[in-house]
Amino acid sequence: MNMPLLKVEDIHKRYGNEEVLRGVSFEVNRGETKVFIGPSGTGKSTLLRCVNQLTPPDKGQVFLEGTEVTHHKSDINRLRASIGFVFQDFNLFAHLTAMQNVSIGPTKVTRMHKEQAQARALAELERVGLGDKANAYPAQLSGGQQQRVSIARALAMDPKLILFDEPTSALDPELIGEVLEVMIELAREGMTMLCVTHEMGFARSVANEIIFMEHGVIVEQGPPQQMFTNPKHQRTGEFLRKISELYGETER
Amino acid sequence: MLLKAALLNVELLLSLLAVGFVVGTIVAVLQVYGGRVLGVLAFVFEWVFRSIPPLVLLFLVYFGPERFGLSISRFLSATIALGLCSSGYQSQIFRGAIQSISSGQMMAARALGMSRTRAIASVILPQALRLSIPGWSNEFSGVMKDTTLAYVVGYNELLRSARAIMDRHYDAAMLSFLTVAIIFLVLTYTGNRALGWLEERTRIPGLQVAGWSEEGHS
Ligand SMILES: Nc1ncnc2c1ncn2[C@@H]1O[C@H](COP(=O)(O)OP(=O)(O)O)[C@@H](O)[C@H]1O
Ligand SMILES: [Mg+2]
Repeated sequence: MNMPLLKVEDIHKRYGNEEVLRGVSFEVNRGETKVFIGPSGTGKSTLLRCVNQLTPPDKGQVFLEGTEVTHHKSDINRLRASIGFVFQDFNLFAHLTAMQNVSIGPTKVTRMHKEQAQARALAELERVGLGDKANAYPAQLSGGQQQRVSIARALAMDPKLILFDEPTSALDPELIGEVLEVMIELAREGMTMLCVTHEMGFARSVANEIIFMEHGVIVEQGPPQQMFTNPKHQRTGEFLRKISELYGETER
Repeated sequence: MLLKAALLNVELLLSLLAVGFVVGTIVAVLQVYGGRVLGVLAFVFEWVFRSIPPLVLLFLVYFGPERFGLSISRFLSATIALGLCSSGYQSQIFRGAIQSISSGQMMAARALGMSRTRAIASVILPQALRLSIPGWSNEFSGVMKDTTLAYVVGYNELLRSARAIMDRHYDAAMLSFLTVAIIFLVLTYTGNRALGWLEERTRIPGLQVAGWSEEGHS
């Protein structure tokens, strides 16, 4: 059976008078990395939050391995536990150490034993290169380190996929590289990832597909090579040129 | 004799603070996360117990049950009446603290798969309660003084004992009231020091405190 890992169908979302998402559909297969791009205010963050129901859509469905996430009887907490989410501004739990931030999911959500959860947390921190920061509090870490802890926090839940909402946008330029490195490594190891990011170096090196959104709809989607060299829509080309200027295109 | 009575004030203080703390926390959580119905109820609760003067409430709780042939101990009536009054104020302190925590904390907890209740217990309250300590310290001093109100229902606390001394030896009246005042000074000072210590102990490393920076320069 060849079922996509994630299937998103005709998502609509309105805030007041503004229809932020106007029918968005796409599919993600296991192990794929998809990159969402588009002007700010286009609904990219809203779309990611609709996937794990942090924002319930007004209309449309989301399926994770065939299970309807959007169904009103779905066990949403359990489904969320298998969908990692990495926020633009990290949102690490301020009162917990890096280690506790990573182990709180396994202990409080999946009821793993404390020692086991700590061992797992340490392993994930080492995976993102922060084994030595296990006892530091978020406020004692740089932005890049905080974001890597938050990636470790997502990984500790054994997610089926991870959603990244502009994971490097809040970082000083010199800290972006360390986070992208971790993300590239994850993509190469076969993690399924949906990333809203304007880091085109990242997109070029690991994305299976770039999805260009504007005004709440998908304008165009395709493999990076095609999107960069031969976009079907004029807007796609314009936008890609603009962000390439803004963010540079060097591979980090 | 006065020192022994002071212990009764401390006992009452601890139990009514406990009532105020538990009820105040629940009310604050309901106000912020309780949705429409429970939220409104929590606001009504807060309004009622912050509006009724503690003395009036104390009379209601102490003499009210008597009308129905029930009796309630002096200590229990004071704990309930003053505790509920305090819960109104404490809920306000906690609500402010909960609301000052960035919404991203709740979002991140929910994204991990925590239920709302779990997120409140494991992520929101541990941070909000830390932030509440300074305001709570203030409420502590107020409630400390309010314990003397239990005088009116015949609870043998400090003021009542001082009054008893005055009745027997009029000459000692000033001295005994002064002693009461000094005991309150000491109790409040001790309590506030203890809370200051608690605040220091639970401070989250790396977080800046207004007006002070770890590096020691501005
Ligand atoms: N919680 C919300 N309440 C009201 N409007 C919102 C909310 N979240 C997003 N919006 C609006 O939805 C639109 C899309 O926002 P967003 O999904 O954040 O876009 P993007 O991530 O592409 O920049 C914006 O106009 C924004 O103001
Ligand atoms: Mg966004």
